[in-house]
Amino acid sequence: MIINKKNKLILNILLFLAFATIIILLDTNKIGDPYIKRVLNLSAIYAIVSVSMNLVNGFTGLFSLGQAGFMAIGAYTVAIFTVPLADRAKIFYITPQNPILAQIELPFVIALILGGLLAALVAILIGMPVLRLKSDYLAIATLGFSEIIRIVFTNTKSITNGALGIKSIPQMPTMWVFFGVALLAIFIIWLLINSSYGRAFKAIREDEVAAEAMGINLFKHKVMSFSIGAFFAGIGGGLLATLLATVNPNQFYFTFTYNFLLIIVLGGMGSLSGTIIASFVVTVGLELLRFFDSPLTLFGVNIPLFRPGLRMVIFSLLLMVLVLFFRNGLLGQKELSWKVICDWFNRKKRKKPAEGGRA
Amino acid sequence: MTSQLFMQQLANGISLGSLYALLAIGYTMVYGILRLINFAHGDIFMMAAYFMTFSIVTFKLPWYIAIIVVIIATVALGVLLEKVAYRPLRDAPRMSIMISAIGASFLFSNLATYLFTGVPRGFPDIKVLTTTVKVGSISLSVATLITPFITLVLLYLVLFITNKTKIGMAMRAVSRDFETAKLMGININRVISTTFIIGSALAAIGAILWGSRYPSIMPLMGVMPGLKCFIAAVLGGIGNTTGAVIGGFILGMSEIMLITFLPSLTGYRDAIAFIILIVVLLVKPTGLLGEKVTDKV
Amino acid sequence: MGVIKVENVTMQFGGVTAVNNLNIEVEKGRIEALIGPNGAGKTTAFNVITGVYAPTKGNVLYKDENITGLTPDKITKKGIARTFQNIRLFKNLTVLDNILIANHLRIKSNFMSSTFRMPWSKREEKQMREKSEMLLDKLGLLTLKNEIAHSLPYGEQRKLEIARALATDANVLLLDEPAAGMNPSETMELSSFIYNIRDEFNLTIFMIEHHMDLVMEISEKIYVLDFGQLIAQGTADEIKNNQRVIEAYLGVDEDA
Repeated sequence: MIINKKNKLILNILLFLAFATIIILLDTNKIGDPYIKRVLNLSAIYAIVSVSMNLVNGFTGLFSLGQAGFMAIGAYTVAIFTVPLADRAKIFYITPQNPILAQIELPFVIALILGGLLAALVAILIGMPVLRLKSDYLAIATLGFSEIIRIVFTNTKSITNGALGIKSIPQMPTMWVFFGVALLAIFIIWLLINSSYGRAFKAIREDEVAAEAMGINLFKHKVMSFSIGAFFAGIGGGLLATLLATVNPNQFYFTFTYNFLLIIVLGGMGSLSGTIIASFVVTVGLELLRFFDSPLTLFGVNIPLFRPGLRMVIFSLLLMVLVLFFRNGLLGQKELSWKVICDWFNRKKRKKPAEGGRA
Repeated sequence: MTSQLFMQQLANGISLGSLYALLAIGYTMVYGILRLINFAHGDIFMMAAYFMTFSIVTFKLPWYIAIIVVIIATVALGVLLEKVAYRPLRDAPRMSIMISAIGASFLFSNLATYLFTGVPRGFPDIKVLTTTVKVGSISLSVATLITPFITLVLLYLVLFITNKTKIGMAMRAVSRDFETAKLMGININRVISTTFIIGSALAAIGAILWGSRYPSIMPLMGVMPGLKCFIAAVLGGIGNTTGAVIGGFILGMSEIMLITFLPSLTGYRDAIAFIILIVVLLVKPTGLLGEKVTDKV
Repeated sequence: MGVIKVENVTMQFGGVTAVNNLNIEVEKGRIEALIGPNGAGKTTAFNVITGVYAPTKGNVLYKDENITGLTPDKITKKGIARTFQNIRLFKNLTVLDNILIANHLRIKSNFMSSTFRMPWSKREEKQMREKSEMLLDKLGLLTLKNEIAHSLPYGEQRKLEIARALATDANVLLLDEPAAGMNPSETMELSSFIYNIRDEFNLTIFMIEHHMDLVMEISEKIYVLDFGQLIAQGTADEIKNNQRVIEAYLGVDEDA
């Protein structure tokens, strides 16, 4: 098959229809079960956060590890503003909620966007000092920020309910909330990366000195990329809050960010399609790996290695193996497109008869 | 506040600062030579604490032999870390080696959780270090008392190595200009291994002293001190050993002073380091003793 | 009229003086060169002019405006663009992307309208592409526009780097050893290339170069730097016969 504009459109429509059909079937409980739906929703959220992290790390070349912290901001914003007023007193039963906040209830969409904006604002505040000269320290500053935000959320009891967290966050009736937002967020980031500003980001990744010599204001573009990345991480956090219906500070331990680091390394630093594929592979994979954490008995013999903690050991080994031996991940800086898939199929087809001939 | 309490806290601050200093030296040396934030350094420190526990509790070694065993084991781990996780990526993009460092750090803490469980363990009570002595009107543990002196002696030793020995000269050359040093025939691998040997040995000594002061060890105990000590190194001027020690002292002192004078903010103790980082980057990005590092154009 | 004036510039690193009290005045529309033995401070002088370093002392003027201490991106925006001694292309991007990136500094759309493809941003993007392709066409690189930059042959990479500098709409081009690593025939081709772009784009060109044939052939004025000091300036003939220049290049015979 040859890929032209018309074929591409048809394929895109078919893909979307297939995608929509699956979501509708899942939504109407024709296929799947709540557990599968939950894992898929989680994958969609991870895709948003990973793509936003790839924008910063893979496309702009900044080493940021603040995703967990930005998600916490988004998640708490949704939690604080969407819990019905009637339920507030029950949740904040030890320290009453701040009297102003106790009167505000926002629609989910507004709270979600507000969370993203707050995360972006915090990113600008961190980025201002750190991105001005050497971006080397961004990793340390963002890791530190993830920890501090957790400390702050634990201590500001009248706002966040401290270590108890906030429960009874309203949940969403349809998977479209997660998949729709994911599609939209990824599409916007795709548009950004393929705009003049996105090219400037890539120039910074390739060579900062040359980018600056070409008139690109490094500081401005770094802060831009970093705060847009934080915005979408905040959105991802807000979705996570409604998916889980509960937030507490410990969900956002800084090691949470490593999930997304693994995803972008696996998918390819600088590849959106790779990141999306890896989001689903890693999220589902992490669920499957759970069996490593429970004792395993085979034919009446207790396999000794299987006990809590093995899953995370495998997880971190995987990250090391990837970066040491498969540095480009699945796709490197390439994108999966219909043309690439088609070329791949055509090559296979051409190869097959030749192999048959030899046999 | 009584002057006695103040003196007590002053001693604590100096002592904590000296511990930070020991870790900060490792960060600053590795960054100076490889331009790498060795995220796993804090976890090397954590492993050293576990090594000490096993040497004494499980293998019943006398403390003076245990210390030597622990230093050797930690050094071996540090050198292994460099060989496995960093050396293969020396020509890779810097992002890759940073990810490898994060991965190694995460692997160490996960391995520790898996092998030793996440439940905190007691650090063996080394009587020589934990005995309380009276200095004037305040009472301090021997560990608290001797830590600053040990740190200063070790700093002197490190400065002697970097300034007066042949390998030290090579280290300074590599830290100034990696490529030229390589062309001049300096054995880069040896220089880097030496750096990791020194850094890990200091981390091991730091862990033993730390355990004697805060006798509860767990897999994630190295993370926060690690981040803070890197910041101490930045504060002192990254790449500068004396600066790292001064940065460590300032950081330790600020933490203890916050707790002493503003006890209500104790929960925010860990945030101080990051505020210091932001202030340093705004006011004097080269740190107290650092030189301006310019990238070659 | 001197379009670039370097006035009493001194640049020190720690205790080392890389450039000492340098005075240079590059005339508008000319090709001038900066030569000198290795380590004489030529690239440092370039780095001071382009804002990579702020000089310890002295001033840099562009069209009589003081640009001392501005950051490199601001200086490029004013109209001074450069190439690098060790080619610094955006290696993993295409030839066209390299040129498009150099157009970004004049962008009028903000990131929102650019991302959401507002009509005016689309128009601007289209103009950028047309302008970039026209530039590539003029320099004979258009057929390579979809190639990845680092896959080009060495000579083409040098050319692309010059093209990229031109794409910033520069009036002054600073070339840092454009002929480095080229063989004699490539060098000759480069000299006509430099002439051509000077005339085509009304440029002032200031370059550092070691190939003396090239320097002597195309430079209207030559500055000679040795140990950070300007030891001579003048036309090719004047420089060729200057005793101090000969000594700097050949070394003074201690026994004589």
